Amino acid sequence: MTMLDDRPSEEATPDLEKKAERAESWRGFFTALPTYLFLVLFFVLPLVIILIFSFAERSRTGKPVLGEWTLEWWMKLGDPLVRTVTWRSIWLAFLNTLFSLLIGYPFAYWIATRKRAMTRNFLLVLVLIPFWSNFLVRTYAWRTLLDSNGLITKVGEATGLWGKMLFTEPAVFLGLLYGYLPFMVLPLYAAIEHLDWNLVEAARDLYAGAWKAFRKVTLPLSKPGIIAGSILVFIPSLGAYVTPDLLGGAKTTLLGNYIVTQFKSGRNWPFGATLSVTILAIMMVATVIYFRKGGRTL
Amino acid sequence: MSVQQGTAHRKWVDRVLSVNGWFVFGFLYLPILILVIYSFSDDRIVGIWGGFTWKWYDRMFSNPEMMKALANTVKVGVVQTVFATVLGTMAGIALDRYRKWLGKQAFDVILYLPVIIPEVTMGAMLLIWFTQVLPIDLSIYTIILGHIAFSTSFVAIVVRARLANLDDSLEEAAMDLYANRWVTFRRITLPLIMPGVLGGGLLALTLSFDDVIITEFVQGPGATLLPVYVFGLIRRQVTPEINAVSTLMLAVSMVLVFISLGFQARTGAGKANKEA
Repeated sequence: MTMLDDRPSEEATPDLEKKAERAESWRGFFTALPTYLFLVLFFVLPLVIILIFSFAERSRTGKPVLGEWTLEWWMKLGDPLVRTVTWRSIWLAFLNTLFSLLIGYPFAYWIATRKRAMTRNFLLVLVLIPFWSNFLVRTYAWRTLLDSNGLITKVGEATGLWGKMLFTEPAVFLGLLYGYLPFMVLPLYAAIEHLDWNLVEAARDLYAGAWKAFRKVTLPLSKPGIIAGSILVFIPSLGAYVTPDLLGGAKTTLLGNYIVTQFKSGRNWPFGATLSVTILAIMMVATVIYFRKGGRTL
Repeated sequence: MSVQQGTAHRKWVDRVLSVNGWFVFGFLYLPILILVIYSFSDDRIVGIWGGFTWKWYDRMFSNPEMMKALANTVKVGVVQTVFATVLGTMAGIALDRYRKWLGKQAFDVILYLPVIIPEVTMGAMLLIWFTQVLPIDLSIYTIILGHIAFSTSFVAIVVRARLANLDDSLEEAAMDLYANRWVTFRRITLPLIMPGVLGGGLLALTLSFDDVIITEFVQGPGATLLPVYVFGLIRRQVTPEINAVSTLMLAVSMVLVFISLGFQARTGAGKANKEA
């Protein structure tokens, strides 16, 4: 700009440039507009509305009534039953994230450190297939394995180590682990594969042991993968519906099922709205904590 | 000597990692394999082998409700994928190729939210929005709208990533040669981002095919989709017929994986050529 000020003979240029820039900016706006409108109409406004409806009274059919406001549903979050369900959901989601990480990290590390690119790609495809496979079908597989005639039940009975696990909390945990493990492995693999191994070698040259080099160099460098994987596992585990419904019983209700119940047999839409907002809030808080903690400790 | 110790140690670690790796693959694949095997078992109880049969597949294909759900799934999948791909691609272009425009920052946030929001929340809010606010009757169209609402963002992310890896010099060259914006887009930009667009579209199709929760919230009477229908069947009673339809669904997923890998391989080859 200052350069142009020195050349008064070309005064028109900044104006023209500004005009072109403005036209370009409008073009960007109109390119986004259809998507913008669609998302405002079918995402943003519904999101605002569900928050408003969590303060609405309930009609006799369970639907929300606008115009009469109440804090009843938000107070209801303190009920022992609701608290149990909420904590169970958070606990299982946390446990699943932790175990996915413990199993997924060495697994992703193994794939990413194979020498031949063809081996790596082949193993990666083997991870991608379950990742893309239908989630319901993969959960159903566990339903049959854990049932009275299922293979896992038979093995457990033959060895005397466990009995029929279907409709218990361990069954839900296994289902969640099975369902979301690939979501952990893929970002971890991407992070480890892109790692600069010269840095690890440098650490070894400076007399760091294998373990120390891993802990001080490899692990911090793969942090983006750990964070992405953990979030990708934690969020759907927290809102899990299919898994606890098919593998769990009445005693293993999670937030996801509990919310759906409010809109169906529970006939309490405003409370369902409250729970839906709550689960979103928990997810956001957990994500923020995770980013903060991850930034500090890893 | 310490070097030898080091390699011995490394070998040992490597062996443990390999064993662990194949165990994890076993964990990932055995359940699916067993599920497929029992879809051919001539016994009503899944888990008891009763000899080979095709009868569960016959039964599946002659179940009118199942076939209607399948037809609906294809309809919703195709329509929502077309819309999500177009909307997502436009959003990706607007975000990557235009530096500044009215409401860009807000749009960036809005676009990423459907990716991270729990599915139950999304289903619940769409149900309230459709039935209590608009209000419209739930039908196959509300399912389509719901699916577009969550899959558009995924397409946009994939397309944007593709655009971010392409510099705009080719587009500039075309414009310098007096191609207008539309011609530049159709002849230069679109072919270059096509792998991203198709990859994003496949992702949208897979997500639509995978969804149970949102569909269960916003489906109308008699307009259910295959996954939700199968979900209902499993809840009532487990039969080998469910194994048969599951095997079919797995086969569809596999086909989608290999198509998407085909795109990626071609993109990778293109990139390698450019680098060489």
